[in-house]
Formats: sequence, C-alpha cells, structure tokens
Amino acid sequence: MDEWLTRIGYFSLTLLIVTTYGLIMGAFIERIIAKVQGRVGIPYSQPFINILKNIFKRTAVSHGVMFYLGPVFRMAGGIGTLAFIPVIYGSEVFGNFSMAGDLFLVIYFMFFGQLGMALGAGESGHPYSAIGVARGLGQMTSYEVPFALAVIAIVIQYETLSITEIVAAQQGGWQNWTLFTNPVATAAAMLAFLGMTGYSPFDIFLAPQEIPIGPPTEFHSAYLSLLQANRALFGATKLILFMNLFFGGATGLLELMIKTWLIYMVAIAVGVAFPRFRVDQSIRFFLKVPTVIGIAAIVYVQMVIQQ
Amino acid sequence: MIKSLSTEATLENAGLSPEERELFCNARPKAYEPYPIKAVEDFANWCRANSLWILAFGTGCGAIELRPLMTARFDANRFGVAGRPTPRQSSVFIIGGYSSVKTLKRIVRSYEQMQGPKFVIALGICPVNGGMYWDSYNTIKRLDQYIPVDLYITGCMPRPEVLVGGLVELKKMIKAGQCDGANRYVENFDWYKANQKRVIKNWNMPDYNW
Repeated sequence: MDEWLTRIGYFSLTLLIVTTYGLIMGAFIERIIAKVQGRVGIPYSQPFINILKNIFKRTAVSHGVMFYLGPVFRMAGGIGTLAFIPVIYGSEVFGNFSMAGDLFLVIYFMFFGQLGMALGAGESGHPYSAIGVARGLGQMTSYEVPFALAVIAIVIQYETLSITEIVAAQQGGWQNWTLFTNPVATAAAMLAFLGMTGYSPFDIFLAPQEIPIGPPTEFHSAYLSLLQANRALFGATKLILFMNLFFGGATGLLELMIKTWLIYMVAIAVGVAFPRFRVDQSIRFFLKVPTVIGIAAIVYVQMVIQQ
Repeated sequence: MIKSLSTEATLENAGLSPEERELFCNARPKAYEPYPIKAVEDFANWCRANSLWILAFGTGCGAIELRPLMTARFDANRFGVAGRPTPRQSSVFIIGGYSSVKTLKRIVRSYEQMQGPKFVIALGICPVNGGMYWDSYNTIKRLDQYIPVDLYITGCMPRPEVLVGGLVELKKMIKAGQCDGANRYVENFDWYKANQKRVIKNWNMPDYNW
C-alpha cells in the first residue's frame, strides 16, 4: 500500500514537471517561429497566464454532459499516456508505471483522448467542430499506419513490448540507438510524428483561419484551460515516447530536455517551411511514402538485423 | 410563488417561432461579483490583462488596421495579445469603425456569446458620433447605446501604433479593475435591449444569445 502511495506521489511529481516543461517548451517554440517571421514573440510566461486567465473567467456555458466529459477524456488520454512511459531510464522517481506490454497500452491511450474529444466536440453542436473532428480522425488514421509499422519493426527487433526494455536495449552508446541500428523505422516514425504534432503542413484539423480552430471551437473558460494544459502535457509525452523508442531514452533531466527539444525541432523546421496541406493531400501523403518506408522497416529488420 | 419567480427571471424570446423557442435558453444573464479576497481579484485581473484574446471579427473598415498588429512590424504577441476566431474564447471585441444596422445585429450576437469578463474597444470616430456616416440611414451613431464600450480610440483611421497604445491603456484599466462592461450590460439589460430592438427591425434571434 505504502509502495503504491509513493509511486502515485512520484507520478504526480512527474506529471507536474512534464506539464510545466511542455508549457515552457511551447512558448520557446512559439518564440522560434516568431524569430523566423522576424518578430519577438510571446513571453515565456504566456502559456501559464493564458491557462490562468481561462480559469478566472466568470461565466461558462454548457452544451450537455458529453461537453463536460470531452476535455476530461482528453486529459485522461494525456495522463494515461504519460503514466506508462518511463520518463527517465533507471530512475525510481521518473520511472512511472512502466510494465510488460505497455507499448500497446500507450498507443491505445493516444487514440483514446482523441475519441473523447470527438464526442465532446460533437455535443457542442458547432459545424466547424464536426469538420475538425472528421479531419483530425482522418489524418490520425492515416499517420497511425506508418507509426504502427515502425513500432512493429522495433518490437520485432528488440523482441519485447515493454518500453523500459526497449530503452534498456539501446543503452551503452549512441551506436545502439534505434536511429542508428534501424534508421528505416526511425524515418517512418518521424514522418508520422510530423502529423502527430499537428504543425503545418499537417495542421488541417485545427486549421486556424480556415475552420476557425476546429474541434475546440465551442470550448471556453475552464474547459479550454484543461485542453491547453493537456496540449502541453500530451505534446511533451509524445516527445518522450519517441525519445524512448528511437533515440536511446534519457538517463537524466538535461539529456531528456536536449533530446526532446531536438526531436520537436524536426516538426518545427518542417512547419515553418511548408504551408498547410489540404485534407486529401495530407492523408494521401501518409499512405504513400511513409507507409512504404514503414513496410521497408519490417523487411529491413527481417532481412538485415535478424540474419 | 415559484412559477411567478421563474417567469420573472426568463426572457420572452418573442422574435422566435414557437418551435425555435424550444431550442434556445431563455434565462436572463446574471451580474458577477468580484472575488471576495482583493489579492485574488487583483491577480485574476493581472492574468486577464496579460492575455488579451481579440475576436477576429472585422466589423468595419477599421478592421484593416488589426491585421498589421500581428505582423513583424508591430508584433502585438509581445503584449499577450492574440487573435481568436471564436467569440467563446475571446475576451476583447474591437469594433473596427462604422457599424451598419445589419452588422450591429451580428455584433450583439457575438458580444453576448463572449464569456465574461469581456472588454470592448471602439476604433475610429464612427462609433463615437457617427463620423462621416452621421446622416446615414443604416448606420448607428453611438455604439455605447447598444453595447457597453470600455475604451475609445478615435481617428479616421487610427494607425496600428495608436491601436497598440490603446491595448496597453486597456491593460492598465483592467489591472485597476475599471473594466466592468459585462456587468454594466447585465444591470442595464432592458435599456440596452430596447435600444437594440429599436434599430434592428428583423429581430429573429433569442433575446440573449447564450
């Protein structure tokens, strides 16, 4: 019992640190994008102030039970994803509830939040929400294909479904990282990652100025603050998952920050250079080159590594 | 007793057909008190002032001055100002110049859908006294009679620098707790509604757009 309480306490600490890190990194990325556009950009405190402002709103309108539950499900998806990913390898505090087979659970949780949000946005009754949800789920279904293929490839390669064991197999120098032992799977996953982050050219589901802001169009006040906090948490969690699966994990907080930041910069570098795809272009993109690379990753594992 | 209370507290929604009336909320808006502890209210006001989300609804020619705010030259993001495409999430409504009666209907609707505390900036001379449209048959003259205005920025047209200055002034007012337009609107609700209905002839929306 005491052991469980300690673990839950440690997890709460991890949750707080990862959310804060996600918010600060969000501001940092916004500032980088602003520099590319020749601006100064937002202060580092801006994401925190935005969340507090929304909590301090005096009024809120409800559209029904599912409208309440949408942000809650989204948050549950974010927290659930983080709960089963070891944030720092070998650390007792940041080890979380990692166990055998958690990789499947994490991939499920990543989908769960989106579906909850789809229900909540549907209840709000706004037509742009429905369009945003349809686009978001459409794009997600297509980028899950190369991502799932890449995950299957590394599962065959390391012969385990536990994220901790996958990280353990990559220890002992950069030459053991999946990036270098299986570059094909990493390429497929990083292409899927571009769609996951939702930056342009794959920001069709939020699509600012086009379908106002997609699914959260009707969410306001405290609902929105929950979604904003989850956006930071979920973004950081996905980076940690990618770092664990493909870039050797992290053994310290500094290593974690440098690696996740560099992974995020891939999406930003693509995002500032390319304008938004249309829905059909985005979905077709993922089903062509990244999917072929994903299949090639499995073939690569079978033909080259397993020999 | 309960019945008389409830009829007193609801809106008539006379502009809607009986079928449509079922679809809309008919509750009257309520005024909100500040937080009882002054330090909490001051902190809340500081947060509100440093995160001004502008509703991206260009209501007149002055809306053209809003666009450069976000560009490299003026970069309003530095001040915590951001555009927001939906009234639900925005806190500042900038009325960009003249407002025709047709637009006023949409202004009222958007304003009521915004969540309080909400702030209104009237840009240009037209919302003050009609400006060059003072004798127009389809343009309102004083915006203050239809929705509460917190800050006026006059000129025809005011340049983006003045708009940035006005936003900074609005931040000072919010921090001092002087921007209470949402409560003023609720307290004088019947007066505002009578004024709105006098000019908007085809009133086919609920009396308060929740």
